[in-house]
Amino acid sequence: MKYKYTASCSKDQLKGIRSFVNESLNNHGLSDIDISTLVLAIDEVCANLMIHSHHCNPSHHLDLIINVQTNKGIGFDIIDQGIGFDINSYSEPSVNDLIERKRKGGIGLILVKKIMDDIQFVKINNKNTCKLFKKLCVK
Amino acid sequence: MIHIESILNDGVKTIRVGGDVDASSSIQLDTEIKSAIEGGDKKILVDCSKLNYISSAGLGVFMSYIQDIEANNVKLVIFGLNEKVLNVFEILGLNQLLKIENSTEAAKAYLNEI
Repeated sequence: MKYKYTASCSKDQLKGIRSFVNESLNNHGLSDIDISTLVLAIDEVCANLMIHSHHCNPSHHLDLIINVQTNKGIGFDIIDQGIGFDINSYSEPSVNDLIERKRKGGIGLILVKKIMDDIQFVKINNKNTCKLFKKLCVK
Repeated sequence: MIHIESILNDGVKTIRVGGDVDASSSIQLDTEIKSAIEGGDKKILVDCSKLNYISSAGLGVFMSYIQDIEANNVKLVIFGLNEKVLNVFEILGLNQLLKIENSTEAAKAYLNEI
């Protein structure tokens, strides 16, 4: 089953994205913790794209497609036309480094990598797709 | 949307955080914690019993003050986290780096330890 949502690249849209993910995953036999963890990962990727690729320009948009695959898992495609950003090429700092440097940012993508089983970045022409996959037994 | 308020009572600063702390609202949490630490508060209770959601932006706020807390002999304790919010702290192991208690009583007892 597929679900699609479009949001403008403004941080005040994040709550709507979280609600969409939560509602889409709600009837597939997942635990509340599993759903909330996936909501977190998608929120982090979308916030990162909005801030760093689109500079929070509300005239820009991103599309989110959720593909629930029975007994396999859940795929998430986040599609935008901003400055391409490949999460896999990002060398995340350690938590201890961030604490020492008193940095507030930098842990979102650490969370995403810890939560998701597979992350791919695909760029075709001017369209970027961040493909995330979580293996889960879903109905 | 975040709901946040601070109260100073008997030398204890209580910061109540409710709603959602995400990339759009974490600045307000940062402002309250910064104000408490820079204002010289030595005992800080962060009441999260009405906190529905926290993202890395909120975690980053707490992380960024860990050194200041230690350097200034501040006791900061977080309590009232629901299961989902606690899970976010646990993914990164921040529950080992920050003082987190289950109840108001346990949090206050920590503040009163010598």
